[in-house]
Amino acid sequence: MRRRSRGLIAILALAILCCHRERRSLTPTAADSERPMPLRVSGLQPGPKQLGATGINNPYEGNAYAISQGQQLFEQYNCSGCHFHGGGGIGPALMDSEWIYGSSPANIFTTISEGRPNGMPSYGGHIPVYQIWQLTTYVRAVGGFEPQGAVSPRSDEMMSRRAEEPK
Amino acid sequence: MRSASRRSAGVPAGWPGGVPAAEWEACAGLSVRRRDAAGPAGETPAFRRTALTGLTLAPIQSALHSAGPQAARIEHLWWVFFWICVAVYVITTIFFLAAVVRGRRRVEPIDNPAHDRRLGFFVSTCAAVTILTLFGLLFSSVATGNAIGTLGKNDPRQLEIEVTGHQWWWEVKYPDALLPSSQITDANEIHIPIHTPVLLRLDTRDVIHSLWIPNLHGKRDLIPGRVNKFWIQADTPGIYRGQCAEFCGYQHAHMALMVIADTPEEFAKWKSHMGEGAPTPMTPAQLRGQQVFLSAPCAKCHNILGLDAYGTLGPDLTHFRSRPTLAAGQLLNTRGNLAGWIANAPAIKPGTLMPPNQLSGQEMSDLLAYLETLK
Repeated sequence: MRRRSRGLIAILALAILCCHRERRSLTPTAADSERPMPLRVSGLQPGPKQLGATGINNPYEGNAYAISQGQQLFEQYNCSGCHFHGGGGIGPALMDSEWIYGSSPANIFTTISEGRPNGMPSYGGHIPVYQIWQLTTYVRAVGGFEPQGAVSPRSDEMMSRRAEEPK
Repeated sequence: MRSASRRSAGVPAGWPGGVPAAEWEACAGLSVRRRDAAGPAGETPAFRRTALTGLTLAPIQSALHSAGPQAARIEHLWWVFFWICVAVYVITTIFFLAAVVRGRRRVEPIDNPAHDRRLGFFVSTCAAVTILTLFGLLFSSVATGNAIGTLGKNDPRQLEIEVTGHQWWWEVKYPDALLPSSQITDANEIHIPIHTPVLLRLDTRDVIHSLWIPNLHGKRDLIPGRVNKFWIQADTPGIYRGQCAEFCGYQHAHMALMVIADTPEEFAKWKSHMGEGAPTPMTPAQLRGQQVFLSAPCAKCHNILGLDAYGTLGPDLTHFRSRPTLAAGQLLNTRGNLAGWIANAPAIKPGTLMPPNQLSGQEMSDLLAYLETLK
């Protein structure tokens, strides 16, 4: 009896210790929306030698809340106007394995923030930095880089049928 | 109470229609202190200078203070239910107490067929009365629902307004403009003429919301992907507070709107004013402020008619200084509140899409100077 209750307590303690509550930042600070310096994400560079890419981290890697916020922003800022829902159209697809300008968080951040040739506009300065990071995290989720458990199973786009109708 | 929501002629100039600031706040549920609401010296809140002056805020946001035909019917139904329930309660309590008192006496079992018959008759009469009462209530409820659901269907004066729910504010559109470019888009306030049936077409951009203006009507849900129709009509000029009645996220409690019911002439005046574009900035500060608006993140989400700003994520700002409140009824629309809102909106309303903005003091004061022209 005693052994069993000890075992139960151990399992409970383990469960509590393993509980990881995700942080949701509902109050981004002013510093979060400061426009960053253009990031360097490649070792290649013109001219004399400069410092390499700084160690920049995505603050929202694997964060389910950031991914779903990014998913909303993707619609709201009309990213889907060109990339559609990740399948690509006017802009390149985001769910295949081809990444013209790199698939690391820093690469994607720079692509959104600074824009890219042939049509990708620059959003830096027009939307706050934390939202660019949320978009980055969502784009990486579309590409399959984020943990499956963190990605919302529900899509935000307009459905062609009513929710209650069968598929 | 209803008289308090009437246009109060002859009341000395004060808060709208002479309602003292404290009362306005208490009624509107505004989370600003009186000191802030009055603003620094020389500054008057926007709505004291607008057509709103002369209208009173309905003193209580309550379904029992009806200001329109539908709310009156709902109120009537409520009182019918109330008095029937009171009667049921009183009768039940009397029988219960009688049983308690009688139970103390020792009663010999009665073996008498006539008594059994009387008892049987009494019980079946009570059951029949209960069933009839319940059917009566059901019938009056259905009849009321029918009557308020079809108001104004064949009325030629009807007006159509589109209301879209957002997390956490209301977008209001008047779709009857001749040109799409002069379509009126407002936020967190619905202007309607009195004695006119108004058809609200309810839709939502994100999650399910519910529109509830207790003084005018019951609730109606806003459901993604479908348009719900809803008639309202106000017969008394006044300002009626409504709010979201379906939990819709972190700031559900801060999603209010004002229905401003005025005479048809005042309404027409308001509408023609709203159809005009934003006024041109005049002073150097206002011109600089306009540039700040266009280059800072503002223009990505907000629309100003006649300017290179076409955002639709946030409220339309073309005439935003004529609105009484900021952030869906959370703050009074004063310069100080506006500055705080621009500088750090998530601190005031955690979870809002409006980001904090890092503007220098000069930029902020220019931006405020420009935004204050948008009446």
